[in-house]
Amino acid sequence: MTKITIDPISRVEGHGKITLHQDENQRITQARLHISEFRGFEKFIQGRPYWEVPVMVQRLCGICPVSHHLAAAKAMDRLVGVSQLTPTAEKMRKLMHFGQVLQSHALHFFHLSSPDLLFGYDDEVRHRNIIGVIEDHPELAKQGVLLRKYGQEVVRMTAGKRIHGTGAVPGGINKHLSITERDELLKDIDQIISWSQNAVELFKTIFLRNREYHEQFALISSNMFSLVQADGALELYDGGLRARSADNALIFDQQNPEKYLDLIHEHVESWSFMKFPFIRSLGVDKGWYRVGPLARVNNCDSIDTPLAEQQRVEFKALSADGIVQYTLAYHWARLIEVLHCAESIKQLLHDPDLQGEDLLVKGDMQAVGIGVIEAPRGTLFHHYEINEDGLIKKANLIVSTTNNNQAMNESIRQVADVYLDGRELTEPLLNQLEVTVRAYDPCLSCATHALGKMPLQVDLIDHQGHTTQSLSKA
Amino acid sequence: MASIQIDDKSIDFQPGQSIIQAASNAGVYIPHLCYHPEFTAHGSCRVCMVEVNGRQVSACTTEAQDGMQISHMSDDLQQTRKQVLEMLFAEGNHVCPSCEKSGACTLQSVAEYCGMLTAEFTFQYPQREIDASHEDFILDKNRCINCELCVRASRDIDGKSVFAIAGRGGQAQLIVNAVDGQLGSTDFSVQDRAASVCPVGSILPKHYGFVTPIGQRSFDLKPIEQQQVSGHEG
Ligand code: SF4
Repeated sequence: MTKITIDPISRVEGHGKITLHQDENQRITQARLHISEFRGFEKFIQGRPYWEVPVMVQRLCGICPVSHHLAAAKAMDRLVGVSQLTPTAEKMRKLMHFGQVLQSHALHFFHLSSPDLLFGYDDEVRHRNIIGVIEDHPELAKQGVLLRKYGQEVVRMTAGKRIHGTGAVPGGINKHLSITERDELLKDIDQIISWSQNAVELFKTIFLRNREYHEQFALISSNMFSLVQADGALELYDGGLRARSADNALIFDQQNPEKYLDLIHEHVESWSFMKFPFIRSLGVDKGWYRVGPLARVNNCDSIDTPLAEQQRVEFKALSADGIVQYTLAYHWARLIEVLHCAESIKQLLHDPDLQGEDLLVKGDMQAVGIGVIEAPRGTLFHHYEINEDGLIKKANLIVSTTNNNQAMNESIRQVADVYLDGRELTEPLLNQLEVTVRAYDPCLSCATHALGKMPLQVDLIDHQGHTTQSLSKA
Repeated sequence: MASIQIDDKSIDFQPGQSIIQAASNAGVYIPHLCYHPEFTAHGSCRVCMVEVNGRQVSACTTEAQDGMQISHMSDDLQQTRKQVLEMLFAEGNHVCPSCEKSGACTLQSVAEYCGMLTAEFTFQYPQREIDASHEDFILDKNRCINCELCVRASRDIDGKSVFAIAGRGGQAQLIVNAVDGQLGSTDFSVQDRAASVCPVGSILPKHYGFVTPIGQRSFDLKPIEQQQVSGHEG
């Protein structure tokens, strides 16, 4: 068997490479995205006091720290015996989360993905980046920057800092939203909603312009996994677990997230630092699934904000069987969520509960706490056990990117299968692989290819392990 | 009245006052860690070093003398302070980003005041325990700077002698006076002065981390040079 290695797709925070495995007939049999991420966090929080954890574990990530902060805080709520927060605490946390998802999605779409979509995947690397967008589409670039900034401001006012704040504490929050802060955010919210709507429309136009190509690109068929509200509506902060099969049948619904271990297992492969979660009832081979915007917008029955709901209906109409499997539709779903976040922020800002003074609740200490949240990139599980002194005994985290592990490999395999011509590795193929990985917005900096400088090295290795061809791109 | 000169400022003092007391009364901040106006001066942290007639002395243990010419913010002194602070950071496990004392921590604030950005010494990453045996408090020895404020407070004010420093030099470390060495086995209580004197995040109440939002923590509200002068010491 011939093994082709693309290495590194790495930047500062994670190291990744792709290996493509061919059989004798040069057909791709397997694609492996190797990622080393989050090593050690579960270990080094052992022995630390539980109330430190929401602040400590958010350092896992500089891109979506709020998700870890909130997932951990939800787990800590359970540890302090709280199942219902005060309305102020619950809504402040939701506001923080909407701000976070808004900024993370905006960063991903405008800064990282829009260059591919606006200029085409074969555009020169020197131009296919955010600087290129600023030059050619200054208004759009400005909107991207300001949308992200707005999300960050929401985070700052709820968590205390734009990044790595302290807002959520076990059993509640440490601040409410002052009237001044509320008015500051209200000032721009209509503009933010309108820019979000423009972004969905823009993507829709791009996607439909070359519909067949976009639908087929990296197309796979997968189960979809996410939280939903009790009535089946889209949910990002809290809810029941729902999984839908590739043919749109419910596998399970409204399951208690704290029982996640009854629903999913993690499979280990010797070649990957990242585990492979799967739905237990379906087994390793059939049980892998997708999470994140595509899964959420497919999974829910409705969205509880009007503009995003209209967009969802249109999105769902893309596919005759009611489930949209197109990998590039991740971007579409992501932008629908941006719109939903913007609308939800506006709704919340008009809620006087945000100015409430009742911030914290306490209950009877428990030994186990599990918190599950929909992070921008998908379902995120935090699971902790403490000893009788309140120190962390055990932790298990399943991050969003891990949930998409198998799906990313499958998409890469599909793309390589279509675009790898025999034994010849070409630059267009590398571009296609980048675009594939990026659609999932995985939490590894390689996917961000900051300013288009993502270095790619491709090694072609024969069945005896010898490198026969190298191709690199800087 | 007798007076000393600190840089350009002439300061009157009462006989028997130390340089740091005289300075503090006049609103002049001299950075310090182990000094606290409620307790007998200790002179161990070496952060309050000042230059008296060209010689470096600790301001908390040196009595003010009429006519003393004192410099307290020279480049040399700040350099000495920075090095002392860097050693403290390198010697313990001070992880400000996840420490709940951040923003209210004297070590962090003094380091900032003295312009210490990073410790250039090799970090030692000592293995130290967290004692969470007490119902209301944790004792996180990772962050202890051996200032002995808790030792002095417990012994001199609370009359309990819950804490002590054992060992010498680099081996010196805070211990708890109990047969099993655990805080939970002592009569340490929330009313003790020692319970609220720790300048870093070593002695902290249990279950209540991060309840003060960023922006309202003590050093967010008032910088250390305004807080730690006469009448404002916590
Ligand atoms: S525990 Fe705190 S007060 Fe006690 S010696 Fe250590 S740093 Fe000083």
